[in-house]
Amino acid sequence: MAILEVNKLTKSFGGLTAVSNVSMALEEGELVGLIGPNGAGKTTLFNLLTGVYTPTSGTITFTRNGVKREIQGLKPYTICEAGIARTFQNIRLFKDLTVFDNVRIAMHKNVKYRLLSSVFHLPSYSREEKRLKEETMELLSIVKLDHKKDEYAKNLPYGEQRKLEIARALATNPALLLLDEPAAGMNPAETAELTEFISWIRERFKLTILLIEHDMSLVMKICERIYVLDYGMMITNGTPEEIRTNKRVIEAYLGEDVNNA
Amino acid sequence: MEQLLQQIINGISLGSIYALIALGYTMVYGIIKLINFAHGDVYMIGAYTGYVCMTKFQLGFLPSLLIAMVVCALLGIIIEKVAYKPLRNATRIAVLITAIGVSLFLEYSTMFVASANVRSYPPMEGLLSKTFKIKNITISMHQIIIVIITLLLMVLLQFVVKKTKTGKAMRAVSQDRDAAQLMGIDVDNTISVTFALGSTLAGAAGVLVGVYYNSINPLMGTMPGLKAFVAAVFGGIGIIPGAMIGGYIIGIIEVFVSGYINSMYRDAVVFAILILILIVKPAGLLGKNTREKV
Amino acid sequence: MKNIFERDWVRKLFSLILTFVVIQILISTNIINDYLQATLATICINIILAVSLNLITGFTGQFSLGHAGFMSIGAYTCALITMRIPTIYGFILGVFSGAILAAIVGVLVGLPTLRLRGDYLAMATLGMSEIIRIVFENLEITNGPAGLNGIPRFVNWTWLFILTAGTVLAITNFLKSSHGRACISIREDEIAAEAMGINTTKYKVMAFTIGAFCAGIAGAVYASYFYFIKPNLFGFAKSIDILVIIVFGGLGSISGSILSAILLALISTYLQSFPEIRMILYSLLLIIIMVFRPQGLMGSKEVSLSVFSKLGKMFKPEKGRE
Repeated sequence: MAILEVNKLTKSFGGLTAVSNVSMALEEGELVGLIGPNGAGKTTLFNLLTGVYTPTSGTITFTRNGVKREIQGLKPYTICEAGIARTFQNIRLFKDLTVFDNVRIAMHKNVKYRLLSSVFHLPSYSREEKRLKEETMELLSIVKLDHKKDEYAKNLPYGEQRKLEIARALATNPALLLLDEPAAGMNPAETAELTEFISWIRERFKLTILLIEHDMSLVMKICERIYVLDYGMMITNGTPEEIRTNKRVIEAYLGEDVNNA
Repeated sequence: MEQLLQQIINGISLGSIYALIALGYTMVYGIIKLINFAHGDVYMIGAYTGYVCMTKFQLGFLPSLLIAMVVCALLGIIIEKVAYKPLRNATRIAVLITAIGVSLFLEYSTMFVASANVRSYPPMEGLLSKTFKIKNITISMHQIIIVIITLLLMVLLQFVVKKTKTGKAMRAVSQDRDAAQLMGIDVDNTISVTFALGSTLAGAAGVLVGVYYNSINPLMGTMPGLKAFVAAVFGGIGIIPGAMIGGYIIGIIEVFVSGYINSMYRDAVVFAILILILIVKPAGLLGKNTREKV
Repeated sequence: MKNIFERDWVRKLFSLILTFVVIQILISTNIINDYLQATLATICINIILAVSLNLITGFTGQFSLGHAGFMSIGAYTCALITMRIPTIYGFILGVFSGAILAAIVGVLVGLPTLRLRGDYLAMATLGMSEIIRIVFENLEITNGPAGLNGIPRFVNWTWLFILTAGTVLAITNFLKSSHGRACISIREDEIAAEAMGINTTKYKVMAFTIGAFCAGIAGAVYASYFYFIKPNLFGFAKSIDILVIIVFGGLGSISGSILSAILLALISTYLQSFPEIRMILYSLLLIIIMVFRPQGLMGSKEVSLSVFSKLGKMFKPEKGRE
């Protein structure tokens, strides 16, 4: 069953059409890659999926627990509540907060006490805070960041910052996880470890994952299917093997001349 | 009809002052994205310099005006070097707080030196004191001088910004500071020049206001400063023609509110306009909307 | 048995009672005379104002220059009510109505303007508070620019203490809750916060409204203690005063705000006869802090009350270890 269906999605900024008539579908449990040359509109597509931008036209349908819902144009926090979480191309952690707080804040939507309780610290506050603390610690130990829980996010090494951003996204309890260039700036060893980590969290949290990545070793290794975007248009999709040999993909990356020659 | 014309003339005179101050706001904002809170106080210092020139040194109107402009230009450069330059990479809030600090410093230092008393400019003599009457409409020579000098300075500014090398550098730095630096533009120097130019205009406005309203005090810069800021936002902050148009519109609106509604509410109306623009079209009349990149 | 001084709330309660009793004794023995009592009232009012502005600016990251506007709403409401009902019940009613009215205006102003970022928000809130001031200057019921005189005084040290400690505790509690953390995450990175499921508009308005509510309380206390108010007491300069306190104490530090409110009030009292010098000092302070120590006195750190825990151990050293 499709968890995410994108139908004829278009986004124009003034005269520039960044995403044009894009359609795609993700099946539940899939791990799908989204590739394309720089400026192809990949991040814009992510921003449309997560509500940062409102599409000019087209629909996005998200299905969780059998409930279908059109989510295009909703606010980012509503989309997050619906069950789509993301990371950012240029890491956006809460830098001056601890690792622990970064994750705990992302659990906010599941907190069940009200303003009055938070001002007066009523019993519901203590109960919920205790649960929150336990769940945060649990998640941190799953991703093996528990020993750094009191470290400020900005003081983590780069690789762990990426990992923390993924952990923070997981804390929102998503069904679909969008990763925007998770391996950017990593060396081959770190990329290999991240590759493992991504496939592992998919199993552990029963996730569907869509990831943007330029590192082909990662994409080809773990993605079951790949979508290719060029000049805002979805030019093809298929298995890594199909994509590797697809003529239009090679053109998109190497330029038109290949065709003319 | 005659009353309307009279109001428009008064509005244009007042608007000229706002436009002159607003230009400084807009140029500084354009280049370092700072609301230079101290700008209104540079204008106040201009008024005081003119006052000192005219009373202590018995100079005429034009020499006083020129000296005030030079003094303010220097002041602008010093403020930038001492208070803002060390904060080039700080958050915008930090720089804004510093600007508020500079503003208070100028106000209360002046108060300390020159006392809080209101002082009155010496009356102009000869041609400068004349008024003209056409039917029931009065135009004073002051008003004519304000408008002429303002227009002259604006033309000069447009020339500097559009035609000279320095102007080109200013526009380049406001587009992209790092890229400008890589192209061999001395960014610090360019920012200093921008402050100097903006402050020169504010200094001129100070002397003109002294002559027009005849009274000055150390806190005189706050309100016109804020209104000029409103004018700059109205026209689209960072855009030079926007500041001019904004200045004139705010001046005319203010005079109209005083004339036809209630002068007690004229400041409130200007602030209400500010809030409205910020909410409805924060980019201003001539500006384009931009969005933070994710 | 666990040392009871290791419990957070016991420490808090203990230090609060201690503060209250010590100052009460000092007042009863006239060591804190009438003149110093006025300083004490100023300190308490400034603590309420600073802590609540810190919630908006230091913790939620929304730069407001209009705090004095909310304060004036509280002051006028309380004054007008207690002048008609000059009893302690009138005063209580006045404080609450003032705070609630300020909060309502806070919501009305916050909803449209909090979409603005940084310096634009600062200008919008400044404009708002100037409008409030001008309205008070023109209303008949508020007696125009001359203001209201002879407001009955109900505020004594007990009231000052209850209201100040109450606001500070409420705000610190709020900040330690999930709602408070949501506010802090907005300061850290608004886009990321929204992507993590936080309704940023809601929490910005919430912080702004709580801040306005507390500023309303501070205004009410001011009116009742100093029995005279006029519109230009609550102008731009007052907003700047509060800003100086939180910048000096550290944006994002409650204890910093409190320390700084005390320190600056003492400096002001000392410099009372030289108002210009005071303002010159303030302005230099702002510039120097921003250039050399932008994080302020305390940064975003808090003074901890663990001293009392150590004291507690001294009282019963053996049992405390178990």
